[in-house]
Amino acid sequence: FYLTPPQVNSILKANEYSFKVPEFDGKNISSILGFDSNQLPANAPIEDRRSAATCLQTRGMLLGVFDGHAGCACAQAVSERLFYYIAVSLLPHETLLEIENAVESGRALLPILQWHKHPNDYFSKEASKLYFNSLRTYWQELIDLNSGETTDVREALINAFKRLDNDISLEAQVGDPNSFLNYLVLRVAFSGATACVAHVDGVDLHIANTGDSRAMLGVQEEDGSWSAVNLSYDHNAQNKHEVERVKMEHPKSEERSVVKQDRLLGLLMPFRAFGDVKFKWSIELQKRVIESGPDQLNDNEYTKFIPPNYHTPPYLTAEPEVIHHKLRPQDKFLVLATDGLWETMHRQDVARIVGEYLTGVHHQQPIAVGGYKVTLGQMHGLLTERRARISSVFEDQNAATHLIRHAVGNNEFGTVDHERLSKMLSLPEELARMYRDDITIIVVQFNSHVIGAYQNEE
Amino acid sequence: AAGMFLRALSEIQWRAAHPKWRRMTSSQRATSTTAEPPPVSLPAQAQVVICGGGIMGTSVAYHLSKMGWKDIVLLEQGRLAAGTTRFCAGIVSTARPVSIELKMAHYSNKLYQQLEQETGVQTGYMKTGSISLAQTQDRLISLKRIASSLNVMGIPCEIISPKQVLQLHPLINIHDLVGAMYVPEDALVSSANVSLALATAASRNGVQIHERTSVSHVTVQKGRVTGVETDRGRIQCEYFVNCAGQWAYELGHSGEEPVHIPLHACEHFYLLTHPLKEPLSSSLPTVVDPDGRIYIRNWQGGILSGGFEKNPKPLFTEGRNQLEIQNLQEDWDHFGPLLSALLRRMPGLEALQIMQLVNCPESFTPDMRCIMGESPTARGYFVLAGMNSAGISYGGGAGKYLAEWMINGYPSENVWPLDLKRFGTLQSSRTFLRHRVMEVMPLMCDLKVPRWDFQTGRQLRTSPLYDRLDAQGARWMEKHGFERVKYFVPPGKDLLDLDHSKTFYKPDWFDIVGAEVKCCKEAVCVIDMSSFTKFEISSTGDQALESLQYLFSNDLDVPVGHVVHTGMLNEKGGYENDCSIARLSKRSFFMISPTDQQVHCWAWLKNRLPDDSNLIMEDVTWKYTALNLIGPRAVDVLSELSYAPMTAEHFPSLFCKEMSVGYANGIRVMSITHTGEPGFVLYIPIEYALHVYNEVMNMGQKYGIRNAGYYALRSLRIEKFFAFWGQDLDAFTTPMECGREFQVKLEKGTEFLGQEALLEQKQNGVYKRFTMFILEDHDTDMDLWPWWGEPIFRNGRYVGKTTSSAYSYTLERHVCLGFVHHFDEKTGEELVVTTDFINQGEYEIDIAGQRFQAKAKLYPFSSLFTQRRRKDEVELSGYQRE
Repeated sequence: FYLTPPQVNSILKANEYSFKVPEFDGKNISSILGFDSNQLPANAPIEDRRSAATCLQTRGMLLGVFDGHAGCACAQAVSERLFYYIAVSLLPHETLLEIENAVESGRALLPILQWHKHPNDYFSKEASKLYFNSLRTYWQELIDLNSGETTDVREALINAFKRLDNDISLEAQVGDPNSFLNYLVLRVAFSGATACVAHVDGVDLHIANTGDSRAMLGVQEEDGSWSAVNLSYDHNAQNKHEVERVKMEHPKSEERSVVKQDRLLGLLMPFRAFGDVKFKWSIELQKRVIESGPDQLNDNEYTKFIPPNYHTPPYLTAEPEVIHHKLRPQDKFLVLATDGLWETMHRQDVARIVGEYLTGVHHQQPIAVGGYKVTLGQMHGLLTERRARISSVFEDQNAATHLIRHAVGNNEFGTVDHERLSKMLSLPEELARMYRDDITIIVVQFNSHVIGAYQNEE
Repeated sequence: AAGMFLRALSEIQWRAAHPKWRRMTSSQRATSTTAEPPPVSLPAQAQVVICGGGIMGTSVAYHLSKMGWKDIVLLEQGRLAAGTTRFCAGIVSTARPVSIELKMAHYSNKLYQQLEQETGVQTGYMKTGSISLAQTQDRLISLKRIASSLNVMGIPCEIISPKQVLQLHPLINIHDLVGAMYVPEDALVSSANVSLALATAASRNGVQIHERTSVSHVTVQKGRVTGVETDRGRIQCEYFVNCAGQWAYELGHSGEEPVHIPLHACEHFYLLTHPLKEPLSSSLPTVVDPDGRIYIRNWQGGILSGGFEKNPKPLFTEGRNQLEIQNLQEDWDHFGPLLSALLRRMPGLEALQIMQLVNCPESFTPDMRCIMGESPTARGYFVLAGMNSAGISYGGGAGKYLAEWMINGYPSENVWPLDLKRFGTLQSSRTFLRHRVMEVMPLMCDLKVPRWDFQTGRQLRTSPLYDRLDAQGARWMEKHGFERVKYFVPPGKDLLDLDHSKTFYKPDWFDIVGAEVKCCKEAVCVIDMSSFTKFEISSTGDQALESLQYLFSNDLDVPVGHVVHTGMLNEKGGYENDCSIARLSKRSFFMISPTDQQVHCWAWLKNRLPDDSNLIMEDVTWKYTALNLIGPRAVDVLSELSYAPMTAEHFPSLFCKEMSVGYANGIRVMSITHTGEPGFVLYIPIEYALHVYNEVMNMGQKYGIRNAGYYALRSLRIEKFFAFWGQDLDAFTTPMECGREFQVKLEKGTEFLGQEALLEQKQNGVYKRFTMFILEDHDTDMDLWPWWGEPIFRNGRYVGKTTSSAYSYTLERHVCLGFVHHFDEKTGEELVVTTDFINQGEYEIDIAGQRFQAKAKLYPFSSLFTQRRRKDEVELSGYQRE
């Protein structure tokens, strides 16, 4: 049986979300016009997460995709918490003091982040107090450490990633008197998540990446064509530097076992991740926590299983690799996506499809007769062909949805094949994961005028 | 390549014709821009300064100088004829649905034909003729209507079969055609060269032309133009003419006192090709295929083809200025549908090689008609712009009318449909213009059917009852930005959607309006007439009465509480406005005029009322909601609501009294209805509007009250032979010509404007006469409906045109109103029209080429006046324009 096109659309669009940065009197001061995001589950429930927020106490906007494994608990926690850690890391000393004083005296807190969430993106109510306390401890330490120096975004990102992972680990070790929370923090720590986060402030774009999600910049060349620039490196076995790094961090004796079958210890695909304490804690610690933990944990074969050749933990880190890029007017958009997308599509195709979508086909490749000899008939044929090609563009109001449509439905000619799309989307739950992974995409569109103006100022 | 093309298209062959005016040939320009001679300095003063060296500016200069005004300076910010004029496709086409536009195009054609001989400048004039194709029967009807009006103007024109099309133009695919219209005298020109020829002639007549001079703003003092500031200094002047094309809006807004010129540019695309293998003959007719949205003309052995797409691209909304319009980007994907239409029409062109796709912005106006005339706020500030892509067709005629207007105070034809004063500030919003022109441009090719309403820029001005009426099924039309009800669709009844409701035949609302009319005749209806323009004029002494007695033809020195119908006439006795004036007190008057008089009437009175701080005129249109209660039971409803007797003895016709209705006090009640039916109009301070409406509807229930709309009103007024200003009456119609002598008091003791002309007419007779026609052999269900503008034939000879028409549900016949002239059979000279001449004739009305017998009447059917009271009280006026 086949899904009808409207059925296909309702599946594809179920999780789409768009945000336009509001214009103030026509003077849009943000270098971001807005973003589109969407996700398509393959796992049930989906293990990917996404986040987007505007920093209210500093400038800039944060966007991220998180790919969970061994459950969604870790990805969920990171998607809720990481941006607070980053925002706090970026705050100047005075603001931190102000916030701390407000908490101390029970006054209303300055809002730190404005979230841009799809209704399906939820925050855990039960854990909010716990999470808040950990965060507060973090900023109290920052206040004590006051270096007096202005905050470097790169450092802030790295600190935030490491600190959050540390807190996840600590919370699981300490546990919680509330049994629900106790189980939650353990699930968070024993599952894992990669993270790819963008911080955009004016022309300064920072990408902090941990794991195998990817950030890619869409660049429009002078001739109107599109090209892709990678703004992150995958942390997996395909990345020679990563393999080297992992091997370097462990004794020579483990050289053969630490990366096996393209996986960390023969088990884990990403070489960096949040959570996954099974690859971070000592065997003793793991055993102690599991034994004292709730029964559900004890019954879980996965958590109890100790990786083979586990000699010199930690094997895994959440420390991100940060890339800084100065935005130029030709940088039109940024794609953040989990590996579900990159497995099916080449980045060059992603750049082209999103670019053509965002600009509408005319701008991207205007036909110019110039000095060529073109007849009316030839031109007519060419235009008819182009119209057919862009007709699929108009089905989507969301660049991320459009990209997913291509990722799932593309045939060998690079055009969306409805039959294929329908088949892929109607796979039963247990089969879906065999044919495709969860896909989460954020497409950020930049405001070239603002970027151009920034450039001129400099 | 762009430069090459520019030269090729305009073929400018320039000779320095006048020492005051130096310019370089275009080839020099292409190679060097530095070797320019120093510009001649600007004069310190001039009588007239014209801004804009395109076809409009040069045409105005040409005509002004030809009519004897010499002290004229024309300023062009770039080069002459370098803007839209340069890119214009150069088609002179007389097939225009609006009669004044048709006249302008006809004159332009005759002017261009002899221009080369007159000036020595090659204009590229070539009489090729034009063929307008019809793919549908409806399109053919609209062409036949145009053909009828061309024929009676003496312009050759015929409706031809598809086979004849093929004989005229061998490339046309005729398989999907049902017919066509052939206008053999339509022509092609090089528009830039026409403009240069006009400039040359003007220059020889003494007009100074300065290029590379831009006007920054116009200075106005005490409501008069005093001068122009340019980038090269100031020129003092009495008259300023804004011919700045698509920049006219901005130029109008640049001064301290803005002049609102509502127009907006859209991109316009046309294609140029290389010559065919066997080059096309330069005399091959131009083809217009409105159903395909394209036009095709021969161009240097190849073709030039453009069109008006469904999804236009408006531009310059933010008001960017630029000197000469450089070639904007070609957009082939956008042109795609037009290219398909072209190849469908001429499949043989497949192998023809493309030369270029030209993108040239054109300016469009909110109602698809051009803008000319004097600013209502700055005297001496004239405008000619907004040509809706027909600049070359209108250029000659429009320039002539404007020149006449400036020199004589008014043009030789009624140009109200084009008058700047039909617009106010409300049409000047950039957003409104942007949205409206996106609707107007595709409309260039859409079928023009009766009763078309614009869909964009709506719900701007509304009555406080808007939502209430809307919820009761109101269908709306718009007048001067104001939403007015056409009719009410009863619950459970569906009408056709917009596209399918377009028809030249019986419309789908026929029975709905019939029921509303019936209710007006037998019970009582409410019509919201809040859109009417309302002024209050008052003074401390007798200044108000004295001034108004001079400006209005009827006697206004009536007892307080009386309402007078009167014309506001010009020197020639023509109607500048037709209104009702109530005397509120000894020293104050309340004046009600048609909706679209808001700007014109205000300016007319402002310019003529004495400059006296004790004489105050106020526009109170927005302060009152007007409810018209029409029907025999109106009197019952109102007396129950006011506890006051409303019968004829207590409240005679043409009476005005402030009273309470329901809880609301101070409601101005007038015993007029604008339809001839008995009833009242209630002028309600807006905050009481909802209350009074609710009271009226509740109380009216037992009398069978219902809502009605303007279509019912129109049917009622036309069957009663009421003329409406703007539709039937204009500045060229006097009360004597429309049977309204009784509204003129020639001997009222004081002199009034137009008196002399009327006295002369009274003595010598009139040259046209407003007449009512009842169609005899017309089948309402099967035949085409009359609209307006249909030729009237008397004994087989053309005598005039209809001005409005409606189906009379009482007579069960169509009624047309129109003017009958008496042309001498031999000389064509206009003779006096007598009552006998009207009565002794066999009449026919030509609807799209089909003639219907009609009975002419000079007076309305008395049997329709069942509620008639005293003979002299019969209200013979009405004046809204549909």
